Amino acid sequence: MNPISFGTQMIRIAVPYLFAASGGVVAERAGIVSLTLEGFMLSGAFAAVLGTNYSGSPWVGVLCGILGGLIFSLIHAVATIRYRADQVVVGVAINLLAIGVTRFFLKLFFASSSNSPRVAGFGGNINAAGFDNPLLWLGLIVAPVMAFVIYKTPFGLRVRAVGEHPDAAESVGVSVKRVRYAAVALSGMLAALGGVYLALDQHQFTDQMTAGRGFIAISAVIFGRWDPIRAALACLLFAAAETLQIQLQGSHAIPSQFIEMIPYALVIIALAGVVGRAVPPAALGKVEA
Amino acid sequence: MRKLILVTSLLLAVHIALLFTRRNAKAEGKETSSVRIGIVLDVGGRGDKSFNDGAYAGADSATRMLGSNIRFIEPGEGADREAGLRLLAAEGMNLVIGVGFIFTDDLANLAKEYPNTAFAGIDYALATDANGNVIPPPPNVAALKFREEEGSYLVGALAALVGHSKKVGFVGGMDIPLIHKFEAGYRAGVKKVCPDCQVIVQYAGVTPDAFKNPGKGKELALSQYNQGVEVIFHAAGSTGQGVFEAARATNKLAIGVDSDQNDEAPGHVLTSMVKGVNTATYDAISRVQNHTFKGGIYSFGLKEGGVGYIYDDRNRALIPDSARARVEELKQEIIAGRIKVPSTR
Repeated sequence: MNPISFGTQMIRIAVPYLFAASGGVVAERAGIVSLTLEGFMLSGAFAAVLGTNYSGSPWVGVLCGILGGLIFSLIHAVATIRYRADQVVVGVAINLLAIGVTRFFLKLFFASSSNSPRVAGFGGNINAAGFDNPLLWLGLIVAPVMAFVIYKTPFGLRVRAVGEHPDAAESVGVSVKRVRYAAVALSGMLAALGGVYLALDQHQFTDQMTAGRGFIAISAVIFGRWDPIRAALACLLFAAAETLQIQLQGSHAIPSQFIEMIPYALVIIALAGVVGRAVPPAALGKVEA
Repeated sequence: MRKLILVTSLLLAVHIALLFTRRNAKAEGKETSSVRIGIVLDVGGRGDKSFNDGAYAGADSATRMLGSNIRFIEPGEGADREAGLRLLAAEGMNLVIGVGFIFTDDLANLAKEYPNTAFAGIDYALATDANGNVIPPPPNVAALKFREEEGSYLVGALAALVGHSKKVGFVGGMDIPLIHKFEAGYRAGVKKVCPDCQVIVQYAGVTPDAFKNPGKGKELALSQYNQGVEVIFHAAGSTGQGVFEAARATNKLAIGVDSDQNDEAPGHVLTSMVKGVNTATYDAISRVQNHTFKGGIYSFGLKEGGVGYIYDDRNRALIPDSARARVEELKQEIIAGRIKVPSTR
């Protein structure tokens, strides 16, 4: 096995996870359950292809993708923050809604229920192995940036405060709702970028193309104990497992079923407290506040 | 609490409304026959450039040639597949067709409830009993099967003849027996013309998601191309879009499946292993129209024109004449029964 091809493949696979997990960390640190990452990614992927298709420019596509994720995250925010709906229930509904909405518009705009036409994308140099894609580099720096935002900025402090102890934050004049709106919106835009990367790398949208990556990202958030850097490392670990599976599959050394369950098995291990206690933000998922 | 119920039910209502986005396509026959036919398409629906479009094309020619009166239902996810079939059967259609192996159980159940309606299932999955004998479908169900392994055998031979690296690849979708047929035929075809060639086989996953994951398909294909593979055959639904994308990115070749997929990556599609879903659909409709419909197993292979590979102006430049001649020779041998193509690995 060639280490360079292993490393480059692992990073390409990790990029969508890195974006989505960073988004998941922000929302969950603010106390909002991020079951919605899959839906945000899917809507971002579709909006990016739509924007690229009609403008011809992938950068316009990136902006549209971010907007797509933003719209879905605002629906989530309004339902959970304003109307205090159960975050898990709304999260599941958002994911299903994203599948339905993208398929509906796929038919409307492209007269197909399975895929869009081919659109422009980034890079394409045969020897660059995907590293001539600016979104890939953005994906690699997003976790450190989010770590800085969460731990070193006033906004980050507020996010952590409303996630741990919303009453205390409220009593010192922080608007819990406003901070949570911002955190959920940010998570929608970040997760959408994961979908944008996926779609522009394929140069097209295909129905349900995120294929469960949002759930892997949530697993990474939990396994990384709600810390952006550790979540990013978890993403890289899951991507490494997937790369290993791809590169070893021909040899039948390890059953592929086994590798596919690794992320989920690790989450159960993490939640069971085997690798240090996994303590979620205290106010995570609480409806009152 | 009331607001929670309100919001959640609103979201679900919107969602369900979107799931039922059906196309009320209606046949526009010149003179409509009194025989009524209902078709429920698979997930993917029209515009998939593959399975469903094949069924649609077959029905379309039946409309034009036989004046059939056809109604389509395009279901969303999950349970409304069965509801679609039931709706058509309850409306008194003479023939109800389910497009895709996923309809197998629903067809078998409904056939018992509506014994006077004819049913046909494309890729109908036949069960076997404890002794490995095939259990026939109910008497009013036609199981339309394809011998995909025969077409796969030919494209396998072609892949080995065109590539120079002694390595050819296969990317499957979900790791299930239906896809193993493609793999087995492909492998046998490769070994026939190049016994020392290596066939690298990979699957995208073990869940139905594996047919809808182009990102995974691209990475699988890239890893194969990096190992020196020059031609990859995919049997992976829209995951295969990723294989074509990888072929473009590395300037290598890929082989399409089910229908002519040349448009997905012109210049990088060596050929496509095509399934005559249109032929099978047309055949079933015409049998009902001339009252010769009988339940049972209908198998479409090279001999019946049910499977094949594409060779036309668009890919002629990629295929040397000698390779084409050899593949045609193999095709005749299979038709004559001198070569038995394995369907299991």
